[in-house]
Order: sequence, then structure tokens, then C-alpha cells
Amino acid sequence: MTVSPPMHAGILAFGAYIPRRRLQRSAIHAVNKWYAPALGGAAKGEKAIGNWDEDAVTMAVEAARDCLTGWDRGDVGALRLASTTLPNADRSNAGIVKEALSLNDQLEATDAGGSQKAGTSALLQALSCTQTSLVIASEKRLARAASPAEMAYGEAAAGLLVGTGEVIARCIGRHSVTVDFVDHFRETGARFDYDWEARWVRDEGILKIAGEAIVDALGGAGIDPGSISHSAIAVSAPGAAVKLSKLAGIDPKTLTDNQIATIGQTGAAYPLMLLVAALQKARPGERILLASFGQGCDVLIFEVTDAIKTLPARLGVEGWLSERVEDTNYQRYLFHRGLVETETGMRAEGDQKQPGTTLYRQRKAVLGLVGGKCRETGTVQFPKTDISVSPNNRSQDTQDDYPMADLPVRIVTYTADRLTFSPDPPTYYGNIDFEGGGRLTAEFTDVRADDVEVGREMRMVFRIKSRDTLRGFTKYFWKAAPRPESQSRGG
Amino acid sequence: MPSGIKDKVAILGMGCAKFGERWDKDADSLMVEAFDEAIEDAGIDVTQIDAAWLSVAFDAQNVGPSGIPLAMGLRLPGIGVTKVENYCASGTDGFRGAVYAVASGACDIALALGVEKLKDTGYGGLPVRSRGTTSDMIGVVGSAPGNFAQIASAYRAKYGVEPEDLKRAIGHVSVKSHDNGARNPKAHLRNKVDIETVINAPMIAEPLGLYDCCGVSDGAACAIVTTPEIARSLGKTDLVLVKAIQLATSNGWESQSTGWDGSYFHTTRIAAKKAYAEAGIQNPEEEISLTEVHDCFSITELVTMEDLFLSSDGMAWKDVLNGKFDSDGKIPCQIDGGLKCFGHPIGASGLRMIYENYLQLLGRAGDRQRQDPPRLALSHNLGGMPNQNVSSIAIVGVEGA
Repeated sequence: MTVSPPMHAGILAFGAYIPRRRLQRSAIHAVNKWYAPALGGAAKGEKAIGNWDEDAVTMAVEAARDCLTGWDRGDVGALRLASTTLPNADRSNAGIVKEALSLNDQLEATDAGGSQKAGTSALLQALSCTQTSLVIASEKRLARAASPAEMAYGEAAAGLLVGTGEVIARCIGRHSVTVDFVDHFRETGARFDYDWEARWVRDEGILKIAGEAIVDALGGAGIDPGSISHSAIAVSAPGAAVKLSKLAGIDPKTLTDNQIATIGQTGAAYPLMLLVAALQKARPGERILLASFGQGCDVLIFEVTDAIKTLPARLGVEGWLSERVEDTNYQRYLFHRGLVETETGMRAEGDQKQPGTTLYRQRKAVLGLVGGKCRETGTVQFPKTDISVSPNNRSQDTQDDYPMADLPVRIVTYTADRLTFSPDPPTYYGNIDFEGGGRLTAEFTDVRADDVEVGREMRMVFRIKSRDTLRGFTKYFWKAAPRPESQSRGG
Repeated sequence: MPSGIKDKVAILGMGCAKFGERWDKDADSLMVEAFDEAIEDAGIDVTQIDAAWLSVAFDAQNVGPSGIPLAMGLRLPGIGVTKVENYCASGTDGFRGAVYAVASGACDIALALGVEKLKDTGYGGLPVRSRGTTSDMIGVVGSAPGNFAQIASAYRAKYGVEPEDLKRAIGHVSVKSHDNGARNPKAHLRNKVDIETVINAPMIAEPLGLYDCCGVSDGAACAIVTTPEIARSLGKTDLVLVKAIQLATSNGWESQSTGWDGSYFHTTRIAAKKAYAEAGIQNPEEEISLTEVHDCFSITELVTMEDLFLSSDGMAWKDVLNGKFDSDGKIPCQIDGGLKCFGHPIGASGLRMIYENYLQLLGRAGDRQRQDPPRLALSHNLGGMPNQNVSSIAIVGVEGA
């Protein structure tokens, strides 16, 4: 279906998140080659993998924070979260992201899933309305050990702010096709995908369905294929993207890097990851073609505006790619994904039951890291309490909500605890001070021994605190993580 | 300023069970073991006890809630029993209840008993437990060594102490306590260790290695207190009198405000100043004969020397290495082995410390008796973690001290 886009809706900002750990495919193959020698050809490069405390929700929060750099969050009217690996089937995952971002309660929020094109479909919905929408696609898929999928899949999230006004990219063409072409599937609740033969998928599916869709999108919008500067074609089958571009008359040189060697195939996030990478490179006036594939195809064509030059600096795909920690610990990867039963000891047995009442009462503090600031003395504290912690002023009921998640923090004390249970030992934690006041005893995540020292600056991140495995509930809170080297302070 | 507790209450008798892995004993039997010694020492009948305080820190792995377990264990004659839980300060706080009851005149004779069964958990170290519904959402579930190890990072940063120097100093703390524990028949750990073994032991929570951490034990300890007048009427001549008891409880300043630098115990400094004032002590370094402090971890003991004003700020690590707190040093610390080697059955620990000080003041400490006759002895408990805790100090002494 080809429709005329509302001329005023476009992309206002972009952001991304790629977990630091990059698992070497050679390390996977070194363990599995006795069993699956045929995967040797795929044992090249690396893939981004989240820590044990990351899921599609936490990664979405990070991509959104990057995307909203310099933006007033009060402007966001809708949140569309796309993923095929959202942790909750019946609890708004977008709602958790909303709380973590401290967006307005007056928000339209939807979870989108069901297909690899969920991300582009959410983007199309956002482009169809006039309110400012945050579109995030995030993915963390499981794959069986020694499978091609294990080699291919990476974990990441991308975000786009969509709306009217000073857009950095206008949508100048869009076209969607939906057909039940089952290249792979995963039943609700299942852990793993089931794939059909790759050659059939490429020749009968990708090249025909996406091929026609791209041609129709360009034709329908009256756009010269030669005018496309960046082709973000989210298909990773070898050679398929080149063939698609040629079929459409687009120069294959315009293809964006497919991220397979550095991040991996990121599922529903993949098209938006390619789009963000393209936007990061694009200059005013250039055109970007975006195509997704999954039981059909969404094609979107954007034209970049002058406003992209004044977009505040952010990490995006490029910045997060450089926040890279080489990882060869395949066993840890398997453990973190529950693919190997590892002894956790009696200290891990504690009941993690979360009372609904306490979480709801403290939702701003727990999910949003909102503390209190005394309107009389300016004293900042976490959490907010009836009586101020300030020893100099026993003021009562004087604290206003004070978001602290984006404040820089510094280490006051720390340890590396090898006794307490952690899926990623040792557990680093300590007292941290927020810039401008307020202190918290916080867990540190994604740190190595030389990342922690008294006085070291860190950054708060939204992560899984623990899981109630008895009842199936994930508890989230904020932790301190190393500040990305390329990131400016305060975000 | 209130007049305080000084010389208003005497210790009539004390008892302490052997600490350790008491696989064959329930908490009830440990209570009886400590109580039998104390009541014989006091020379009274159980019916003369007017009220009792029971100190326990862990409910689930121990005796369960309320004062009933003490009343049942000792078959107390229908008197009021108050259960006290105040983290690791529970023992001293139970003692405070009994002492205050006597000082008020509400009771002639009162009992404080602490008991803990920590070896029924199935693993080493303290049981993992909740600190409340809010903490469950925003708190860190660290281990006790991890919580206390953080003091070392801040202490090093504040005073510019090299990691190797501080590691050796806290190592000396443990070597000293093992030396002392070896002379104590009731101690959990009675082996001597050398400094290299301590320094090279497996890391538990950086920089605390295995020997920087006290063990957890089963045990019980108790005190029977009365007025000095009643003690004399019961035939006691050498009295050990309570000189001061102070508690200080964190109100969140350390953990939620930014004034505390993480290198010391704010509450201990408050409690120490108040206790010295209550006991009329002007110069603690010269007047305190010996101390039993809360050496849950070696770094805690080291920093506590400064918090009790027995070392200057930033100097405790040198004083420790110079032997100031060894059993033959200027102010012996943990002459009985301390938590490190006597053991740490939480609810009993504060009373065990007072028990040792009581024996030392009466010259009844056997092989480990301090030869220079002690006059004032201080005990200190610290419950919780460095940034959020209950600190308690009890000072006992001879008449006229």
C-alpha cells in the first residue's frame, strides 16, 4: 500500500544503544567446532551482547536517552516500543520505559511486536500522526548453542523521535507490504526461532517481496533511484542487499554497513539501527532509503534537512560502536542466557517477590530515579522523604520531585564483593554522590577492575536488579556504569 | 545533660557459652549454658530476677520472634521478657535495657541474654535477608564483607595510604586476634596465623581477604545486673560497675547526604564522645585500660581506634603496626580474640565483650589476664554497615574508676 505521508511529520532526533561486550565469534566456534564445523565460515567478527542485567526494555531506555539528548521530555506525547523479545506479555513494556524516562503520565504508549518489521511499522505509525512520538526498537534474542542464529544475532536498540517542526529528515515516501511468508517463526512463549532453508528465503522471499516493495515505493513517490545516497536495507542474507539495490536501480555503493561484523543481526531493531547509522553519516539534502523484511516489507524514504547540522551531539551507532569491550567468554554468555545450568549457591535463593503496592507507591524513585530537592534549602536526596536529610534544616514536606538519572555521579567508596551472589562476579558496588547533591549506595555494572576508584565519574543506567523466578517478575533499578568516553557530561 | 548511668548499676554475675560450630546444640541449650555460669556467679535464685531482655539478630534461622524463647528456655517465672533486635548492636542494647531497668528502680535484678545460632543456615557468613520493602527495590544486596570493605577504599584515598601498607596493617589486626584467641578456651578459633598467610589468603571483598573477616558462630552470653547496694548485700566485695552505655543510630546523613567521606564511623564518634562524658573520662587514650571492639572485619577495628579517639585520625594503621593494641601494647584490643577468633554469634557478641571486660577487671581472665590491672574497659558494637548503622558503647570499671 502506498500512501501520501503528511508533509509535516519527520524525524526530529535519533539515538542508539549497543551493549559494551562484543563476543568474538571465533570464541563461540572454538568451543562448538567439534560439533558444528560448518559454522567456521561464520566465525568472523564480533557481536554485541547485553550483560545479564539487560533486556529489551533496559536497552530501549538507553537508546531513548541517547535519542532525547537535549530534548525536553515533556514534549513526548507517544511512545512506541517495538521488539519480538519484550519481557512482558501482559504488562506494558513501553510503560516501564516511560517510567524510566520520567515521561508524562499523559502518554500514548504501545508495544509492537510479532515481526522483524515491527520497528519500521512503529515508525510508520508515528509518522502518520502529528504528536511527538518516541519510537524505539530493541532486541535481545536467544539462539541455541552451535546454531547459525547464535553466530548471527546481536543485541542492540535504536530510537527515533518523530514529529513536526524542525525535522532533521522528512519522510518523502513510504510503502508497505504484508504477506505471510514464513522464513522463520517463534511461537509465543517459545525460546528459539525455527528457520526455513536460507536459499528459499533469499530467492523467493527477500528478493521478490522486498524487491518489488522497494521498486513500488520509489515509483509511487516518484523518486529517482539514483537520488538515493544511503540504502539502509535490513536484510543480512549474503549478497541479498546488493541484489535488492541493483533490482531497484540504486547504486550498491550507497548501502550502509550491514553491522553484521560488529554488532550482529539485531532483529526488530535492525532496520532502525541501519537508519540511525545512515542518519549519522548523512548530509543535508541526501536521501535515505530504509527497508525492513518480515512477513512482508516496509519501505521508507527520507530526505535529510539542514537541521541535522544543529542536532546536539550524541553517541548513536557510531559512538556506541567505539564503546567496545572485546569478550571471549562464551561460557558466561551461555550462563547469562540460561543456556547452561550453573551452580549459583544458597546465597542466590532469596525470594525476590515484589509487592505491587510498594512498587506503585515508589515507582518514580525505583523506575525513574526521581529523588527530592528541598525547595527551601536546595538539599538534594534520594529517595524523597517527608523530613529532609539535611542536618542543618529540619524541613518537612518541602521536597519537590527531582530527576537524578541524568546527573553525573562520582564514587565515594567501593568494593569488589566475591561473597554475595552475582551472575557477573565480583559484584562491584559502593557509595556514589550525584553532582549537585544526593547520595546512593549503588551497584556498579559493566565495570572492570580499573574502572573503579574513589572520585571516578560514572553514569547511571537503568538495569535489571533481580528476577523473581518463582512468579516471573523482573525488578528494575538504576546502577552506576562507566561513562562512555565519547559522551559529553550530563547525559 | 542527664546525669547518666555511671556507678548506678553493678554486674552481679556473667556467663558465656563456648562459641563455635555448636552442631549438637539448639539455641535453648546455649542459653542454658551461658545462664548456668552467670547465675552461679551471681549467687542468686532465678526467682529473684525481675525482668529480662533477649538479644537476637536473626529471627528465621534462630529462635523466632518475641521474648518467649528466653522465658521458655530458662523457664523464667512469668516475668516480662523484651526481645531486642538492633543488628550487631543487639547484645549491648539488651544489656542497656536491663541496666536502665535497675537504674530506674523498676527492677532490683535484671537479666540480659543474647543468643544466636548461625550455623543452621547451610553456608558460611551471615544469612541473606531483606532490609525492608523499600530497600528491596533500591538497596544493594551486598555481603557484610563487601559493605565494610568500602571503608578501606575511602580511608586509603583520604590519607594517601598505599594499598600494600593498609593491607599489612589490617593483616596485623587479625594476626594479633589469632594470638589472643589461642589463649582463650571458649574461643571459636584458637589457631595462630602468620602475616603472610593473612595477606595471601583468598579475596572475599577487596581488600578484605579470608582472614580479614570474622567467622560467624553459635553462642550465647548473659549478664545479671543489680544495684551496687544489693550486690554488696548479697556478699559481693569487688564490684564491676557500669560507667557508661551509649547508642548512636544513623539517621541517613551518611548514606543519603554528601557530608560523610566514607572513611570512618560517624555514629561511633558520637557514641564515644557521649560515653566518655557519661563516664567522666577526659583522656581516653590514657584512661581506658583495654577495649573489646566490633572487629567484624579487620578494617573496622583499625578505623574504630580512631573513632574511639585512641589513635589520631589517619594514624591508626601505623599504631596498629607498632603494636599499640596488641595484648602487651598500650591499650590491648580484643584480648580475648575478638569477634575474629572468639566468634560472632550476633545477639550474644555485645554481652560476650562485656563478659571479657568483667573478667579482666576482676582478674579472672586466666592465661590471657592483662597483668597491668585494668580499671576501665570499653566495649563497642557496630550493627549494620558503614553508611547506615547502630553503634553502641559500654564502659565498665572498678569502683572509684
